[in-house]
Amino acid sequence: MGQLSQLLLAFIVFLSLYLLGSSSLTGCIKIVALQGMCLGVLPLTVRAEGFHPQGLLLAAGMFILKGFAIPWVLLYAIREVKIRREMEPMIGYIPSLLIGAALIGVSFALAERLPVPAGLRTSLLIPVSLATVMMGMLMMISRFKAVSQVIGYLVFENGVYLFGLAIAYQVPWIIEMGVLLDVFVAVFVMGIIINHIARAFDSISTEKLTRLSD
Amino acid sequence: METLKLVASYLVMLVFAPPVMLGIITKTKAVVAGRKGPPVLQPLYDTLKLLRKGAVYSTTTTWMFRLGPVVSLAAVLAASSLVPLSGTPLISFNGDAILFVYLLALGRFVTVTAALDTGSSFEGMGASREVAFSSLAEPALILAFASLAYRSGELSLARMFAPHGGPGSAASAVLALGSLFVVLLAENSRIPVDDPNTHLELTMIHEVMVLDHGGPDLAFILHGAGLKLVLMASLLVWLVLPEMPVAGRVGSLVLGLAATAVVIGLVESSMARLRLIRVPQLLVAAICAATFGLILTLR
Amino acid sequence: MIYLLLVGAPLLVGLLALVVDSDERRPWLLPFGCTIHASIVAACWKTLPGPAMNGWFRIDDLGLIVLSLASVMFLVCSVYCLEYLRLRKERRNRLFTACLSFILASVSLVAVSRHMGILWVGMEAATLATAPLVYFNHNEKSLEATWKYLMMGSLGIGLALLGTFFLALAAIPFEGRGDPLLIDTLLSRAGTLSLPWLKGAFIFLLVGYGTKMGLAPLHSWKPDAYGESPGVAGAILAGVITACPFLGILRAFQICAAAGLSEFAQGLLVMIGLLSMATAAVFIIGQRDFKRMLAYSSVEHMGILALGVGLGPAGSFAALLHLINNGLTKGVLFLSAGNIHRAFGGKTMDHVRGALRRAPISATLFLLGFVAITGSPPFAPFVSEFSILRAAVDGHRFGVALGFVGLLAVIFIGMATTVLSVVYGIPPNSDSELSAQGDSPLMIAAPMVFMALVVFLGLWLPGRLTAVLSGAARLLNGGAS
Repeated sequence: MGQLSQLLLAFIVFLSLYLLGSSSLTGCIKIVALQGMCLGVLPLTVRAEGFHPQGLLLAAGMFILKGFAIPWVLLYAIREVKIRREMEPMIGYIPSLLIGAALIGVSFALAERLPVPAGLRTSLLIPVSLATVMMGMLMMISRFKAVSQVIGYLVFENGVYLFGLAIAYQVPWIIEMGVLLDVFVAVFVMGIIINHIARAFDSISTEKLTRLSD
Repeated sequence: METLKLVASYLVMLVFAPPVMLGIITKTKAVVAGRKGPPVLQPLYDTLKLLRKGAVYSTTTTWMFRLGPVVSLAAVLAASSLVPLSGTPLISFNGDAILFVYLLALGRFVTVTAALDTGSSFEGMGASREVAFSSLAEPALILAFASLAYRSGELSLARMFAPHGGPGSAASAVLALGSLFVVLLAENSRIPVDDPNTHLELTMIHEVMVLDHGGPDLAFILHGAGLKLVLMASLLVWLVLPEMPVAGRVGSLVLGLAATAVVIGLVESSMARLRLIRVPQLLVAAICAATFGLILTLR
Repeated sequence: MIYLLLVGAPLLVGLLALVVDSDERRPWLLPFGCTIHASIVAACWKTLPGPAMNGWFRIDDLGLIVLSLASVMFLVCSVYCLEYLRLRKERRNRLFTACLSFILASVSLVAVSRHMGILWVGMEAATLATAPLVYFNHNEKSLEATWKYLMMGSLGIGLALLGTFFLALAAIPFEGRGDPLLIDTLLSRAGTLSLPWLKGAFIFLLVGYGTKMGLAPLHSWKPDAYGESPGVAGAILAGVITACPFLGILRAFQICAAAGLSEFAQGLLVMIGLLSMATAAVFIIGQRDFKRMLAYSSVEHMGILALGVGLGPAGSFAALLHLINNGLTKGVLFLSAGNIHRAFGGKTMDHVRGALRRAPISATLFLLGFVAITGSPPFAPFVSEFSILRAAVDGHRFGVALGFVGLLAVIFIGMATTVLSVVYGIPPNSDSELSAQGDSPLMIAAPMVFMALVVFLGLWLPGRLTAVLSGAARLLNGGAS
């Protein structure tokens, strides 16, 4: 576990924090793209014993998909419906930032207490992945705009992927491919839906999606 | 002889670094905007001009108003002796990082009381903003210091900011660097927190507090503010600089300060001032980043 | 080979449906594909096929139950679809038909997989293939329902993936000997699993797959998705697609039981089961929309399933039986509710009254289905619910038993209010052209078949089925497969 991957992981968490405090949707999409690129590069810094072609392919796929394809779909979606900013979220920016910092603390404490296998003990992978998962979920539940929720979901997925990276050396790579597929299709379908939401409601706020309730 | 050289180089830094750094920032902004801009030493000329003038005091003010500029400059000067401005600090002892934070706070406190002493609503408004934002910037500063202190096991500025190669140190150092940079921008009323060039009272923070000061008082305040910028910037530079012999340190510090000034200038040219309501958000983000850095060093 | 057929045949039919260009002929592919699938499943009942692909695929008793339930539900619903899609000419049915087939394929994949990763992939595919079904009506409400379904579904599936990763981490002590996600490997080396990670894995799998199943507190997508999708999609969702995540939870439970964590897992299951039942009870009272009422009923029955498994071997047997009974009864309810919905053009009590006069047979089926699902003899759910109650009492879990019965009673009253006012009374405005749409042969035949099965299973449990169910219950409680 070199300094470089430590730096990348810290940067990934920092980007999640940034997302929690940011209101510009375009900015958020760019940040999540940057985070995706970091995830794509990360496997190359984690495995010191050299790369197999499969790993390289996965890294490249991840880089293109999370760094370019998905952000492009999202940017397309918000261009189509002409929205720029998140409205004031359910949990304000400052409280969500503070909750985010607390979540980081919790996940580090958790990773400290769980019996992390010897190879992963010094690495930040597991605590960072837990923190990213939690921050993604926080973003999903605290935002109203459909796009913000998708971004939250992407952060969540990034965290899950990080966890997968931690155990990648013993789980067949098909699982990692599954993650890619999952993200891609999920966002693809969500993109379509967002498009339809725009047509049906003239805005893609899920706050308006409240006709169905008890 | 060594001591004499140290003191001499300190004096040079104390006198020239603040105006030059401010000058470089202004110059950078001018160049980016396609203008020629004032000479780099313009802030120094301004200070000298102000020192030659007399001061006017309103009848409503008391000794507190006169105390402000003097004490704030004195506090920053005292703080500067703890920062290795010429390779090594003038004074260094375990725990001086805390003294450093408190000296900065003292400087701010007297500036604020002086502003309140005028009884003007504008000054009061600026003071309240300054205090509100500082109350968020200070935790970030302290948390960043804490993570650096933990990393090095020392509580003196010179050691904390010395190069360090322990495991996991790079990430926490970068996070500390990031949050310290935000604190630097906030404490020195730079964009995106405050715009030093605006003179619209409603949007200013720091500038509005010192509206009633003139002559030497204003010169003290301006020089003190510039010195504060130099101190924080040099801490950032020390954090980044690798291990090197003492001889090369001063030169690299000067270069580093210039580079920092350019970076600040670029930041100021590339973004607008944040709305006041969004500033706390930025500072809280800095706090969070510093906390994360601390968590990284603690594990 | 047989596994390839089970998954591949519906997949091919689905692809074919994408190619066929006639809205009239396309639906005929469905009964065709389902018949093939059902006959393969019947062959499986004759002789259980052995493992294939490094042991990634194998049908055990648990998988067989889910697979057969899916096959039967799909076969009957596909016939219903013929008539339904003929009536809904204004909508293109290309995606609907294809996605139904894809769902069958992915459900089969889940049922036959012995690998937690493959199982997860199948679940993901099923989730995505369901979205177009929910969105079939293409209006604002169905859009909202689809959005919630996708968001919650993706979250659930993501959490389940995290749980799967935890499971792989729990298997670190294997030190590379054997695939750490292969269920057989996990079971045979369960003693060496790292317990804290296994506990985490179970919690995440329970919450993640529980979201997909519709267990409280992450059930909020369910009333919307069930309420806005066509009746037949509701039947598939409530009967089949909930069975898949349940299977995922059962697999996790199996591993926990083998590792000696059964008490921990059972405690969680009982808790979440009772919580789901209570949530359903709260929302079912005063529910004016009868399709949403059915959705809450589904939440309730998912809770009953979890509760049953949490009550030990006898409870597990009953829960597995209830899985089948609930699926079939939900078939009756959703299909007849769909008929009533169409006959009145609405699904709230404000629009729908006196269904017995306008669509007599559908209304009768709806009424019978209600009686069955609330656990009255002689219908099948009575048998399974009573067995769960007995398991609770026999295990001296009197508090659980009391809660179970109390909640069932509350739900019975809540549902009765809605159902009776839908079925009895005088239709709001009796214009004759609408009532012509009331009952049509194929659309009544399908729920009638389900009803017949429910009555049949209520009166007599075939010996073979009992054997498979008890085999599955043994698997769940530490038995060898």
